[in-house]
Amino acid sequence: MIEGRAIHVVVAREFKKFIREKSRLFSTIARPLIWLFLVGGGLNRLVPAGDGMNYLQFFFPGIIGMTILFSAIFSAISIIWDKEFGYMKEMLVAPVSRTSIVIGKALSGTIVSTIQAGIILMLFPFLGFKLSILQIGGTLAVGFLLAFTISALGIVIATFYDSFESFSVIMNFIVMPMFFLSGAMYPVSDLPGILKFLTNINPLTYGVDALKNVIFPTGTGSMGPDFPLSLDIAVLFSLALVFTLAGTLAFRRRG
Amino acid sequence: MPAIKVSDLTKRYNSFTAVDRISFEVPEGTIFGFLGPNGAGKTTTISMLCTLLRPTSGEASVNGYDCIREPSRVRESIGIVFQETTLDKDLTAFENLYYHAILYNVQRHRRKDLVRKALRFVGLYDRKDEPVKRFSGGMKRRLEVARAVVHQPRILFLDEPTLGLDPQSRTSLWEFITRLPSEEGVTVFMTTHYMDEAEVCHNIAIIDNGRIIAKGSPDELKKGIGSDLIYIKVTDKEEAVRLIRDRLSLNPLRKGEELSIPVTGGEACIPELIRTIGDLAVSVRIQRPTLNDVFLNLTGKAIREEEQDSSDTIKDSIREYRRRFDRR
Repeated sequence: MIEGRAIHVVVAREFKKFIREKSRLFSTIARPLIWLFLVGGGLNRLVPAGDGMNYLQFFFPGIIGMTILFSAIFSAISIIWDKEFGYMKEMLVAPVSRTSIVIGKALSGTIVSTIQAGIILMLFPFLGFKLSILQIGGTLAVGFLLAFTISALGIVIATFYDSFESFSVIMNFIVMPMFFLSGAMYPVSDLPGILKFLTNINPLTYGVDALKNVIFPTGTGSMGPDFPLSLDIAVLFSLALVFTLAGTLAFRRRG
Repeated sequence: MPAIKVSDLTKRYNSFTAVDRISFEVPEGTIFGFLGPNGAGKTTTISMLCTLLRPTSGEASVNGYDCIREPSRVRESIGIVFQETTLDKDLTAFENLYYHAILYNVQRHRRKDLVRKALRFVGLYDRKDEPVKRFSGGMKRRLEVARAVVHQPRILFLDEPTLGLDPQSRTSLWEFITRLPSEEGVTVFMTTHYMDEAEVCHNIAIIDNGRIIAKGSPDELKKGIGSDLIYIKVTDKEEAVRLIRDRLSLNPLRKGEELSIPVTGGEACIPELIRTIGDLAVSVRIQRPTLNDVFLNLTGKAIREEEQDSSDTIKDSIREYRRRFDRR
């Protein structure tokens, strides 16, 4: 059973906190900017332009993917903080289903992340892109789907941890490798064996690839997208369903 | 129909039995005290009644609804204040209560009124727009009581509501809790290990090692362990002792300036006593057994009066700091 009122409370609460907590808003915007200009800017001088684009342009979809990755994971693991600080109990004992709480958490992570991705996306003129309205809309739509998938994944992760001591584990062993092995920073089509495998099972790979498909649809060669957009979308959609289901089951069992 | 009915309720974890076949009833509109030392099974019992924990065996119904088969119905009928704070500290007092009203299906047009009413009830209306993190421990507790009654539950559960509070906050919290049955017709179920708090309950069950070892009103329980003591100050002890022994066949003992006389029947003995010793009496007082004596008598040990130490508060602030730090 899914209660709209429970989803409403979870989303409204997350939103209120997101707006109020200026440091969180700032850091989630500042992190991609630092990566884009401090890392991307440096590599731009090292990596020769190819396939009709420079490194900064290549990096841009990856940075949008990164924004969504961090923001959605942060949002989802607020479940751990809710457990730690007690508020989770208030929700668990209310006459609402746990499924509604999970969906509310996934949706709030999705909305918050998509907004942030939208803010970063607005940098495109400075990188020499000319994007049509359709491409901007498409990027936001893909961003929304990716954000939902990652949020749901974050919830699955969050149900296995009870305290924030686990935070650095999640950051160092899940989030950062996911970012590096997603094709965000470098082409992943010709990586050696094990890395290739990890790339292929990484949900973010398909998100970043979809973003490349939308932002430079004519891109070819190693700098361009590796899969057709339809495959990216299909994989993300399936993963979103799987993670939501797994998250709901895990949350129902473990709280 | 009793507000709460429990029969043979049991919770086992592997070989450990946390709650062992307990049975009791709580009449509507009364305050019921669930009394026992830490680890006796109080919180486990509350968790089962609130449908957060599935009993191993036995039955429990709350507001007429079965705790196992109709958990949603039970949840709608109850309000709960947990041992630990479950407020969102980043939200304001009003927001905390307002979200609660939505979660508990309060109709849209009544939400604001009910939230305001609850805030006034605990005297926090003036601070409704402040974030909860600025509140003191006592204020947070009061706010939690307010939140628990926003949706006008039939039954209020309180798990150690005054734990870690200073005496003043305890007193004011008690004032709100004891007003609930008479003003709102709410049934209150509370756990505590403070004996003085249990005195105001209409009925009490004492639990130790997962079993209920005594039930009844505080007076019944105290009568069960025997006599009151009458202390009397007299001008002439020798004469008074002689008179009381000979004429009333009671056995006075010398205790400092006073005589102490064990009696059954309490103050009903006083007039006869005064008639017997006449002008020798200077002052009289009566001392009843306390619930502490009841507990001592039943278990052979005193209930632990342990206060939550300040380290919990420190831990909280470290967590808060790290949470903010880690997010950057």
